[in-house]
Amino acid sequence: MAYTLEGRTGTWEVVCGLEIHAQVISESKLFSGASATYGGAPNDHVSFVDAGFPGMLPVINQECVAQAVRTGLGLKAQINLFSRFDRKNYFYADLPNGYQISQFEHPIVGTGVVEIELQDGTIKHIGITRLHLEQDAGKSMHDQHAAKSVIDLNRAGVALMEIVSEPDIRSPEEAGAYLRKIRQIVRYLGTCDGNMEEGSMRADVNVSVRKAGEEFRTRCEIKNVNSVRFVMHAVETEALRQIEVWESGGAVKQETRLYDPARGETRSMRSKEDAHDYRYFPEPDLLPLILEQDWVDALAAKLPELPDEKRRRFCAEYGIPFYDAGVLVADQAMADFYETVAKGRDGKLAANWISGDFFAALNRTGTTLETSPVSAAALGELLDLITDKTINGRIAKDVFEEMVETGKPAAAIVEEKGLRQVTDTGAIDAAVTKVLAENADKVAEYKSGKDKLFGFFVGQVMKAMQGKGNPALVNEAVTKQLG
Amino acid sequence: MSIFDLTIAVAARALAAKQISSVELVTAYNGAVAALNPRLNAFITTTPDLALAQAKAADARIAAGEATPLTGIPLAMKDLFCTAGVRTTAASKILEPFIPPYESTVSGKLKTAGAVMLGKANLDEFAMGSSNITSGYGPVENPWKRTGSDARLVPGGSSGGSAAAVAARMALGATGTDTGGSIRQPAAFTGLAGIKPTYGRCSRYGIIAFASSLDQAGPMARNVEDCALLLNAMAGFDERDSTSAQRAVPDFTTALNRGVKGLRIGIPAEYRLEGTNPEILALWDKGLAWLRAAGAEIVDISLPHTQYGLPVYYIVAPAEASSNLARYDGVRFGARVDGVDLIDMYERTRAAGFGAEVKRRIMIGTYVLSHGYYDAYYLKAQKVRNLILRDFTEAFAKVDAILTPTAPSAAFGLGEKMDDPVTMYLNDVFTVPASLAGVPAMSVPAGLSSEGLPLGLQVIGRHFDEETVFAVSAALEKAAGFTALPELRAK
Repeated sequence: MAYTLEGRTGTWEVVCGLEIHAQVISESKLFSGASATYGGAPNDHVSFVDAGFPGMLPVINQECVAQAVRTGLGLKAQINLFSRFDRKNYFYADLPNGYQISQFEHPIVGTGVVEIELQDGTIKHIGITRLHLEQDAGKSMHDQHAAKSVIDLNRAGVALMEIVSEPDIRSPEEAGAYLRKIRQIVRYLGTCDGNMEEGSMRADVNVSVRKAGEEFRTRCEIKNVNSVRFVMHAVETEALRQIEVWESGGAVKQETRLYDPARGETRSMRSKEDAHDYRYFPEPDLLPLILEQDWVDALAAKLPELPDEKRRRFCAEYGIPFYDAGVLVADQAMADFYETVAKGRDGKLAANWISGDFFAALNRTGTTLETSPVSAAALGELLDLITDKTINGRIAKDVFEEMVETGKPAAAIVEEKGLRQVTDTGAIDAAVTKVLAENADKVAEYKSGKDKLFGFFVGQVMKAMQGKGNPALVNEAVTKQLG
Repeated sequence: MSIFDLTIAVAARALAAKQISSVELVTAYNGAVAALNPRLNAFITTTPDLALAQAKAADARIAAGEATPLTGIPLAMKDLFCTAGVRTTAASKILEPFIPPYESTVSGKLKTAGAVMLGKANLDEFAMGSSNITSGYGPVENPWKRTGSDARLVPGGSSGGSAAAVAARMALGATGTDTGGSIRQPAAFTGLAGIKPTYGRCSRYGIIAFASSLDQAGPMARNVEDCALLLNAMAGFDERDSTSAQRAVPDFTTALNRGVKGLRIGIPAEYRLEGTNPEILALWDKGLAWLRAAGAEIVDISLPHTQYGLPVYYIVAPAEASSNLARYDGVRFGARVDGVDLIDMYERTRAAGFGAEVKRRIMIGTYVLSHGYYDAYYLKAQKVRNLILRDFTEAFAKVDAILTPTAPSAAFGLGEKMDDPVTMYLNDVFTVPASLAGVPAMSVPAGLSSEGLPLGLQVIGRHFDEETVFAVSAALEKAAGFTALPELRAK
């Protein structure tokens, strides 16, 4: 069911495209040797190039180029063997050169496509228009001094990838799913940490509304939205605002707006008339960026398996449902954990254990995959004990809790506590005989047609055997003796 | 022979032979600077103490037998090269308090070779000018005089301080930079040799940028040989400048005695401009006769887009400059004039810090890059620039070098050509095309005007073929036998 908004004059459709700024993971900045690490004392990571000193020249950092290419490959996009840097000119105190080095006319990555999945399981494709490399600006702070603004240039010159989508997004949910998907892809690739709180990923959201069947109407750009939730909310809020403007007989003006999460609204920042004239022109301090196809191929060959492929492979290789596979590939570490457990074992059993008892234990103990008291190998050993019938599933849950508490291996716990499953049919028969004898009244009820009591007998037998009876054998013996 | 009549090559031999020490040489030149600079204003900053210290180190190096041909040689450094710990102004008030904590690659290479820096030479502000009158630190006076006149003449520009310093014997050689003629035209105006190497031959790292796609460092000296010695030390790939060329640097001095026998020298018809001073044209004819006599073949060629050189240059260079100069905003370094807010501070700082010519070019550059004008100006200019490059490429399929005049006139008076900036821009008419094409070009002193002022001829070569340029220039120099001296000089 398509997402629409009801106005006074009818039904409206939302049209949205995202420009995602993703900070490249690299040792040093895009055009200087200064550290690109987050944090540090203000102006600690600043070279004379970053500070725009006279006579300083940019030199392209090859690793940043490789990261952009990897990301492009991850977005199934065209890698442009010829690209070029341009200067985007504007004055601001935290833009040291008075221009940002960006790629305007010839981006390093061209069109691509990303697959998103919606709540109802629908798969949708969102087009990628381009990805280009550019440098970040510094940070102005106006609250550190009574009369002065202070500037931190640590971020100035850090490489950013701007990933521009086609206006293919039609709902807040799709916007959120798209942003999460891009974040998942760059995290898999190791090209951006996707950390929106620290600002290493942020989005400019373009929103317009239209009636069914119409061409696009005027759009507004909402700048620097820094969480998935805010992006989703900004799309809805802005769409509602625009509908109100159109329906009151006005016209939406093309402008740049600011999202205020505290007040849940967007505000006008500057109109099209006040828009900067960036006077783009080719950066004369840099030669065009020419890539060798072999170099790109080598990067492609070393690309990690991406979430969509991994998900499909998990379904095929381990026989788990598509939805479950989606949960398991949500991030690389999780997928790796699953695969360590599932490899050579029953994939469904592994998936059930991880999404059930294991996740519950992480939540309960406040631990993560990395700090979990039960490693993937240890969990695998537990599953082996179930599969080879050393213990049954019921006992396995107790063993697992013990593993979480003590960190001991499953086999040791089983031995220590004598939890081995009883498969001795003599012992089982004896236990069944005893339970039936003690519950003669219920046996009579069962025989007069109360079939449901079968479970009661099995339960009682298991209880008598401290849960260690082999469930299949117990079932068999109960059936036989009830005759 | 006076210590002030030496060339670098001769001085280097005298130093090597211990006939003279660098301390003696530098002491003499420090004295010349002290005596003449108040009049000529060739230096913005003089560094006599530093020079003497470098001279002492040079003498020790010579004594240890580790000298290069430049060890102990006193030079003037154009104040566009950032020099660590020594104020670097680009002749702009906006950089009056600026002391760079880093060294430009070219000045660093000269330092490494053991050359001595006497001071920072005056120039047109941010190298924008052809007369040195746009300097924020006052104009430079040309040490040459018209016969029988005491009128103060310009040394040309933008490397006018470098030119005046070498011509007046205040330095044995100098660095310059050339964006549209800024080495060649002042060399011609002051009777010096000066070469703009191929774009990419010398690193631009640490040189304050005027127009990045055109700026190129080069030497200015009393003769062609000295330029070769200087360029040997200045040239070379630098990983800090992405536009510097990854090419081996030949020993340019080996080309000096090659001669021109069998070389084909092109004479471009389009440089014979209507209204050009007949003296200049006569000198040009003389130049080609000399080369023919030396065994070269003279070939008439065409560079059909020559007439568009100046307009293209005055779009491309200001466009890049308008962006390059945005960093002078009063925020991080240089001069600042406080304002009520950020924009006000920018406006006051830049209004006070930049001179009229710099402001004019920033405005032209901003205009040609503006939305709606970009295609008509900047983009069109880039296309025509490609055609100019093609002119040279096609010409160099037929000839080995091209001979032209360097400038359309001899040095003019301070205050002349001041009314109309366009008249001033015409000074660059012969030098700009080679800059736009990125090919090497050298000015050689070739004669005197009827008023007794030096005139230069320009030799243009193929990309990275400075050797042929040196060979042809050396042949011209030999034939011209230019020995005239300026009136104002250290004696």
